[in-house]
Amino acid sequence: MLLIRCPYCEEERPELEFRNAGEAHIARSANMAGESDDDFEKFFFIRSNPKGIIYERWRHMHGCARFFNAVRDTVTDKFVMTYKAGEPKPSKLPKNSNEVVAK
Amino acid sequence: MIGAFRIPGAGRFKQAKTARFSFDGQSYTGIEGDTLASALLANGVHLVGRSFKYHRPRGILSAGAEEPNALVEIKRDAARKTPNVRATVQELYDGLDAQSQNRWPSLSFDVSAVNDFASPLFSAGFYYKTFMWPKAAWKSLYEPKIRAAAGLGVSPDQPDPDHYSSRYAHCEVLVLGGGAAGIAAALAAAETGVRVILADEQAEFGGSLRFESGAKIDGQDGFAWAQGAVAKLAAMDNVRVLSRTTAFGYYAQNFVGLVERVSDHLKTPGHDLARERLWQVRAKRVVLASGAIERHMVFADNDRPGVMLAGAARTYLNHYGVAVGKNVGVYTANDSAYAAAIDLKKAGINVAAIVDLRDNPTGPAIDEARALGIEVNFGRAVIRAGGKLRVSSMTVQPKNGGGERTIPVDAILMSAGWTPSVHLFSQSRGKVAFNDETKRFVPGTYAQDCVSVGACNGTDGLSATIDEAYAAGAKSAKDAGAKTAKGTKPKVDASENWSRGMLGAAPGAGPDTTVKAFVDFQNDVAAKDIRQAVHEGMRSIEHVKRFTTNGMATDQGKTSNMHGLAIAAETLGKPIPEVGLTTFRAPYTPVTFGAIVSHARGPLFDPTRKTAIHPWAEAQGAVFEDVGQWKRAWYFPKAGEDMHAAVDRECVAVRKTAGLFDASTLGKIEVVGPDAAKFMELLYTNPWEKLEPGRCRYGIMLREDGFIYDDGVVGRLAPDRFHVTTTTGGAPRVMNHMEDYLQTEFPHLNVWLTSITEQWAVIAVQGPKSRDIIAPLVEGIDMSDEALPHMSVREGKICGVPTRLFRMSFTGERGFEVNVPADYGQAVWEALWAQGQKHGAAAYGTEAMHVLRAEKGYIIVGQDTDGTVTPNDAGLDWAVGKKKADFVGIRGLTRPDLVAKGRKQLVGLKTKDPKVVLEEGAQIVEDPRQAIPMKMIGHVTSSYWSENCGRSIAVALVAGGRDRMGDTLFVPMPNGAIEVEVASMVFFDETGGRLNG
Amino acid sequence: MAKAAARKTAPVTSPSVERRPALAGRSTTGIGVKVEVLPPAERISLRAPEASLAALSKALGVTLPKKPKTSASKGGRTALWLGPDEWLVIDEAGKDPLADCAGVSALHSAVGISHRNIAIAVTGTGAAATINAGCPQDLSPDGFPVGAASRTILGKTEIVLLRTAPDAFRVECWRSFSDYVFTFLSEGSRDAAV
Repeated sequence: MLLIRCPYCEEERPELEFRNAGEAHIARSANMAGESDDDFEKFFFIRSNPKGIIYERWRHMHGCARFFNAVRDTVTDKFVMTYKAGEPKPSKLPKNSNEVVAK
Repeated sequence: MIGAFRIPGAGRFKQAKTARFSFDGQSYTGIEGDTLASALLANGVHLVGRSFKYHRPRGILSAGAEEPNALVEIKRDAARKTPNVRATVQELYDGLDAQSQNRWPSLSFDVSAVNDFASPLFSAGFYYKTFMWPKAAWKSLYEPKIRAAAGLGVSPDQPDPDHYSSRYAHCEVLVLGGGAAGIAAALAAAETGVRVILADEQAEFGGSLRFESGAKIDGQDGFAWAQGAVAKLAAMDNVRVLSRTTAFGYYAQNFVGLVERVSDHLKTPGHDLARERLWQVRAKRVVLASGAIERHMVFADNDRPGVMLAGAARTYLNHYGVAVGKNVGVYTANDSAYAAAIDLKKAGINVAAIVDLRDNPTGPAIDEARALGIEVNFGRAVIRAGGKLRVSSMTVQPKNGGGERTIPVDAILMSAGWTPSVHLFSQSRGKVAFNDETKRFVPGTYAQDCVSVGACNGTDGLSATIDEAYAAGAKSAKDAGAKTAKGTKPKVDASENWSRGMLGAAPGAGPDTTVKAFVDFQNDVAAKDIRQAVHEGMRSIEHVKRFTTNGMATDQGKTSNMHGLAIAAETLGKPIPEVGLTTFRAPYTPVTFGAIVSHARGPLFDPTRKTAIHPWAEAQGAVFEDVGQWKRAWYFPKAGEDMHAAVDRECVAVRKTAGLFDASTLGKIEVVGPDAAKFMELLYTNPWEKLEPGRCRYGIMLREDGFIYDDGVVGRLAPDRFHVTTTTGGAPRVMNHMEDYLQTEFPHLNVWLTSITEQWAVIAVQGPKSRDIIAPLVEGIDMSDEALPHMSVREGKICGVPTRLFRMSFTGERGFEVNVPADYGQAVWEALWAQGQKHGAAAYGTEAMHVLRAEKGYIIVGQDTDGTVTPNDAGLDWAVGKKKADFVGIRGLTRPDLVAKGRKQLVGLKTKDPKVVLEEGAQIVEDPRQAIPMKMIGHVTSSYWSENCGRSIAVALVAGGRDRMGDTLFVPMPNGAIEVEVASMVFFDETGGRLNG
Repeated sequence: MAKAAARKTAPVTSPSVERRPALAGRSTTGIGVKVEVLPPAERISLRAPEASLAALSKALGVTLPKKPKTSASKGGRTALWLGPDEWLVIDEAGKDPLADCAGVSALHSAVGISHRNIAIAVTGTGAAATINAGCPQDLSPDGFPVGAASRTILGKTEIVLLRTAPDAFRVECWRSFSDYVFTFLSEGSRDAAV
């Protein structure tokens, strides 16, 4: 069970309290009705599914109930950082490696 | 008599009480403190099981959890039968009843042992190669036979009467393993004051100090020191000491699963005591002190009962006071087995000879053995063990060939060296590194906040171990936030030191492919099988593992992994690190389903939700159905009525007089704020801005793709307040969907959502007499049609309690839904029921509710829709606001496929024979005479007998359905096609006049 | 803005029917722990932006806490921080917080949920252990001190947890989950001595 830092509760909480909500930073058009078929396809169906860093939405469902964004590495499963909904995609990621080589 | 092989004066249980036990029906006596294995050995019993594939007789190899052979069934009563219990772990209690496994009819004569003679047939990959053709034989012949023959032990066939508990625990430092290293680390961490958990799988702490007679710490015998140190730890408030507790899995972010065996060692566990306790521990730092496991020597027939690990023999002697034989041989490739020979010799046991594969080793252990008069042979190998049900001899030969010599023995103690136990480290996703000098895999790159100490880290010697562990314990505590340390490091006064050894097949394993020199005892994998796997093309160790099953199943390669790897590497002609190590998987040792499930059984398997009115329905004899987690009254049978009769009566009563229905499970959400209407506009297809307070509207919610997601009646209580209802099953996901849009897409709106599903009990009163029933109990609401028309809502009181009274209908009759605070639900229901009795009203359940709404063509989302149905498909285009600029789903609705001709549309179906009721889910075709597979043009979504219509009615999704009105279609069934006519979905009161009637 | 909901059109009359709270009076004890269903209380779910908090705190007579996982209590009324704009207000003194909010003009949403929730008290030295049978949060005095409050998980359901004293917790859950929660806590209490 992962620990996830909720940016609203300002602490790490057990994964059981959270629910994944798909990829983040997929903006809904302000002029939804006027979207072309291609744009709608990109908005609704196409997801990046990367190997490595992914930007995701999570909800602290059984905690503060807020949706927020997270940066996670799909290879290591590790959360790199989390930030509040509405905040921009971070331009720089913190170094997140606690790998140490035994002496 | 507590066993002929119990040595007076030896062992640590001198004052112990005796305990009687039985094995395969034979009675024996042991002592409290024994394991089943030590008690059997004390009685001279070595033969305890049959092997998995060849059914070869097997004995006790080890004295711990690595035991691959001595798996038995422990039986307390008919329901309490536990298979595959390690005899080396099971503690003895008075009355213990154990049975051997995998043999028939008896342990000493096993019919399937013919597999051993037929073993050329059962070579590596046998199953993969043999049972391939013919394909059809797999299900009918091969699989059932293999399943019957496979598996170890027999599952109990009754529900488990024991209970299991679980606990989430948090600590700064979790120490796994309670030998010298673990205890030292725990002491250092505990002295700083942080929370420490120390766990060990044995009943007693001490690890290898159980047998290391040469260890002295702080002036005491090593084992005695361990007991004192653990007692000191256990007395500290910040320390939790868990014995009989196995760390079985190491998961992300230092989340470790432990199972504590709470009562399996007790004669009478007692009712309130859990059998096992699952600990789910989150630790800031983990110290791995899991020790090392001794390897066996790989030579011919090394599996004969009486052939065992040298360290195990020492444990049986020094801890349990049991001699594993009277005339033992020793076969080794390192010093540690000498210590076993020396201890046994000193205890008066004859040591026939030490056979050492090394050429000219030197050291104090060798000198001492010689001084005691033990015959020591260098550069020689044991090439074969004699005997069948018990080892009777060992045949010795110079390792480079030469004359054989057979020495009679009744036990062979072997040691090929010690393998660091890196299972948990590996599970933590750490990467091991191969030390070429010591030929060991040791922790290399860490992936989590943990540290390995002592033997599992490849650290040799007690002094170095304690130094390393104590420092690691202190550092872990500091890293986890500890401020001060004020302890003193334990001082090692004397210790035993050994290292090295050999990997792979010894000379006795021969190149001969008929020789059974076992690498993996549990999976019956011999050295020849590994070689064969390589010869047949397996190159990766992962492939070799799967082809041979080496290191698989519950054993997880504890004793076998390194030997198997070395043999594969040798055969491949590659260095060991290039061949690589297989993955160690959780669990480290098997975990019971009981522990994993723990509390989630019976009523706690899943929440069962009941409404406030449930007790009334139960008292009335209602039959309930499950709707999600809810129990809902399905129908209310009177004496002598079946479901059909009850539902018919309930349906007729509603249309004739009135019916009462518990609608409390409907999802309810209060939408409050100045932008409430704007939010509703965005989340529902309908327009809301102009809905007057006090009025209601049927709303449809779409997903962004344009398909129906949910529906429900919404009442506007005030300009800034809506009372939204959802389907029963949809309530949680609709709330989530609304919150998602509110928080992430429309956060500028000043509006909030609150679930009020459980605040309000809802009593639907439907039927021509509904107003007459309700009105006398209502205060402050004008119940006239002018003041309270269909689709309106008022707040007031009923029976003196607050109500939100909806005038609405899901039956097509004049109807009301009375919302009252939940705790008043049952009492208000009873008051309404009493009123209803004056008018001949009935209580009706969900089945009648379904029939009544189908008679009116009202859909149920999730039954008549399936996530691919648009409002237009459902005939609900009228509910989509055509002038709206935006709502969720607006763009999806105009996707090419969603506006294409020929989409499936909801229509009514009337069977030609009105008595025939269609099957829900049945497929629909145009022409039943067409060739199979027929072209299916739709399916039945709802179908009932309607007593009110005097015929069957059905709703179906049919391609281009609304253009087929009056057409004849067919529903093919096993007994022939049923002829149906496409019709309107409204089967009753087509003009809708009764809503106001 | 909550005026409409609080508007009373009917004359005040006392209920002519009986209130039947779920699980009324149920309790059980384990070694060092007691699990008991608490009497009904008045409750609201309060939602408001930062700017409204002063006015609402004044009206409610208790200062709405702004720090995550905390609560504030005064005069039998407790406000639990559940989210950045969400509080659970519980009144055990028989006064209605919904009515108190009705007069506040500052932007907010107050919704009555007195009957939605059931409260169960878990008290005694084994209280934290009982709850940790199914709650994954760290309930040590440092991790979850007196006054700490949080929505979280117990087994397979959601609860709101409030530590009312070193050895006392209030567990709130929805009405229909109360049987499950009570049964779960009862099971947990059997093992709380460890």
